[in-house]
Amino acid sequence: MSEATTTAVERKRPSLNINVRDYGLLGALLVIVALFQFWFTHGKLLSGGNPNFLISQNAYVVILAIGMVMVIIAGHIDLSVGSLVAMIGAVVALAMNKWDYPVWAAILVALALGAVVGAWQGFWVAFVRVPAFIVTLAGMLIFRGLAIVFLTGGTEGGLPRAFNQIANGWMPGWFGKFHDVDALTMVLGLVAVVAYLLGQWRSRAKLKARDLPREFFGVFVAKAVLTVAAILYVSYLLANYKGTPYVLFLLGVLVLAYTFVLNRTVFGRHIYAMGGNRFAAMMSGVKTKWVDFFIFVNIGVLTAIAAIVTTARAGAAVSSAGNFYELDAIASVFIGGAAVQGGVGKVSGAVIGALVMGVLNQGLSIAGVDAAWQQVIKGLVLLAAVAFDVMNRRRSGTA
Amino acid sequence: MSDLILRMTDIVKEFSGVRALDGVSLDVQRGEIHGICGENGAGKSTLMKVLSGVYPHGSFDGTIEFDGEPAEFRSINDSEHAGIVIIHQELALSPYLSIAENIFLGNERATNGIIDWPETNHQARLLLDRVGLGDKVTTPVLQLGVGKQQLVEIAKALSKNVKLLILDEPTAALNDDDSAHLLDLIRGLRDQGITSIIISHKLSEIRSVADNITVIRDGHTVDGFSMKDKDNSEQRLIRSMVGRPLDNLFPARESHIGDEVLRVENWNAFHPVDTNRQVIHDASFYVRAGEVVGFAGLMGAGRTELAMSLFGHQWGTKISGKVYRHGKEIDTHTVSTAIANGVAYVTEDRKRFGLNLIASVAANVTGANMSEVSSFGVIDLHDEISVAERFRNQLNIKTQSVLREVNTLSGGNQQKVVLSKWLHTEPEILILDEPTRGVDVGAKYEIYGIINDLAAQGKAIVVISSELPELLGVSDRIYTIAEGHITGDIPRAEATQERLMQLMTVGEN
Repeated sequence: MSEATTTAVERKRPSLNINVRDYGLLGALLVIVALFQFWFTHGKLLSGGNPNFLISQNAYVVILAIGMVMVIIAGHIDLSVGSLVAMIGAVVALAMNKWDYPVWAAILVALALGAVVGAWQGFWVAFVRVPAFIVTLAGMLIFRGLAIVFLTGGTEGGLPRAFNQIANGWMPGWFGKFHDVDALTMVLGLVAVVAYLLGQWRSRAKLKARDLPREFFGVFVAKAVLTVAAILYVSYLLANYKGTPYVLFLLGVLVLAYTFVLNRTVFGRHIYAMGGNRFAAMMSGVKTKWVDFFIFVNIGVLTAIAAIVTTARAGAAVSSAGNFYELDAIASVFIGGAAVQGGVGKVSGAVIGALVMGVLNQGLSIAGVDAAWQQVIKGLVLLAAVAFDVMNRRRSGTA
Repeated sequence: MSDLILRMTDIVKEFSGVRALDGVSLDVQRGEIHGICGENGAGKSTLMKVLSGVYPHGSFDGTIEFDGEPAEFRSINDSEHAGIVIIHQELALSPYLSIAENIFLGNERATNGIIDWPETNHQARLLLDRVGLGDKVTTPVLQLGVGKQQLVEIAKALSKNVKLLILDEPTAALNDDDSAHLLDLIRGLRDQGITSIIISHKLSEIRSVADNITVIRDGHTVDGFSMKDKDNSEQRLIRSMVGRPLDNLFPARESHIGDEVLRVENWNAFHPVDTNRQVIHDASFYVRAGEVVGFAGLMGAGRTELAMSLFGHQWGTKISGKVYRHGKEIDTHTVSTAIANGVAYVTEDRKRFGLNLIASVAANVTGANMSEVSSFGVIDLHDEISVAERFRNQLNIKTQSVLREVNTLSGGNQQKVVLSKWLHTEPEILILDEPTRGVDVGAKYEIYGIINDLAAQGKAIVVISSELPELLGVSDRIYTIAEGHITGDIPRAEATQERLMQLMTVGEN
């Protein structure tokens, strides 16, 4: 039966096409990390407190990139997140310092405010049909202005220690120490490894059961080995320092939750459908206006989380906080393989994109590169990543 | 007296193996108005694109002689330079620019790149006077109606010293007065020595304005006559246009027609931009269970507009009328309510309105009925793939996997994906708009088979098509629609292409 051979040959091609981008991205991240680790910083990038610092310092980019990737898949953009981080940071600090709210209440206020602001922008985009570029450009000005108005002195410091712990603390060492490393962190690392392997194995088994295209077994194993090694190595580095930062745990939860939302929920599917062909989505009964609206509510809430993390990290609300955060988030999403015209993008891509930006920030700083040159380099990396993507897509004929 | 301005001989044009033009010849005499007739898809537009250089010299076989010299146009610029200007059905004016700016767009009255406004406006004025348009030359084009925009296009053509003017369906979007004015203008230009080719579906109009007529069918020149000939009747035209034999293109079907399922009463809809133009006038029709009802109409007659305004008010404004299902009035004013009430609309433009081309077959198939494969907003990917596999088998969709992107599929298979999407909503009433457009012959036969199966299941089916043989092949009953009016309701047994064509081309009652 000659059909078997042709399908076997054909089966390989699409799976490779689909994954080239993901592997390329992951590979690029590894190459960048290796370059900095072994060359530019002479081993400092991944030593001592630096891995921990890398995570806490760049958590905001990951959080914002998750919200931004959904906005961009739907074919919009959000320029206001940086200013909104400053404004919500101001409100959360005032709530605790001036209005004597307990920490948990201040956090709830921040999240609610994020949702309200998101609803405000979503209203203009979805129902009045003002382009998101304009709505959020206006938001960028409005929220920055309000942040300055709220923080009359420009800064509101002296926040409760419990609040600052959110971005600067570590999870308690419940399992004690094992050979001088934090056991909880290693356990979490192992749990992640097992969950990852199970998930990968199950999805591969399902594809096999239906005889659907899947990766070569060798590639599959190599990917698994690399990923497991990376997870364990990072766990070890963190455990060797002070353990698992709270923010890392928060990031893990957000990444898993939003991967699920985009891949497995009707809401997520509607976002892709709208981005891919808005007319067709409308003609299929997708309530495109409401989807638009909730995408903005969602990024509002995520921006509030980013604001909490940023404010806690600094231990103070500053009216100039969050400057250029929108650009970091947008750059991460596009480095992560999202398409400018919408319809394409992944949470995992956005997170890796954010990590690329974070490693660049951190590595260049450690290597003592001037801040001005750091910007030049980040700009060139963004351009190169997207150019690579565009050329790649043109070659495979799906542009 | 055979002073030919244009002679096209044995033009053959292929698109990836399909012959759109298969030896078409066209002779046009200097100073005449030449009509070209043919069904949709006969090859008229392709022929005009060959002539105007859209398809460059060398991409087709055959010879073109223009103005006594062999013509080898490589682009539209070449053909315009030679004096051929084509005015398309969709006007190509820039809406925010003034009339004068549009006339000289790309051909500015300028010295060293600096526009000479007095000269521009003066020249524009002279041209507007020639076409009988009194508006100020500084008026932005978007303030003009379609009829006047058409005149601006002609003025633009005149500014390029046109020798041969080609008008593609010039009156399709015009009312009677504007049409009459336009036809007069073309006659006037003839007296000034400008030759015109006019492509039109409106046979009475062609016969009134043309000196000679060429009929194209299936990529061949099948007839040509002068209006001075003895037999110049509309019957001859229609016979030439549709005269293809009906072979066994359609799978056989026994109709079992039940009770009325869908009834639409007094449906009206207005153009969404030109909100005073009524496009659908008091349309009333019904469809019974197990019945396939055809809608025949020419391009621009309002077939798609009728369907899309019915389905979730996705086209038009000021929509009024009533929709009944089994005698009970139903709400179809949003897509969701229409789907919930058992109505499905398979679009004529699958790439624009039907598919997310960069998503998988499976995602497209479940796209209009996600609730069936999800619970509490979470999709069961297993279910989704099973559903997609079911339709893949049922409709014989050829793809390596249901997880492949839809844009890797052929046109016929894409069409089956759209059909699957709508069958997955489990509709009782299916409106199929050009279900076989851009689909090869084999897949067409399969789609007709699917339509028959659906009818056998007792669904009420509407098929909208520009191809009369297709309608005659699949329908139990055919409505004709002309200029937004339903002009006929003909049982299959009494329907002939000639009769349908007559009802489709009747003017404003």
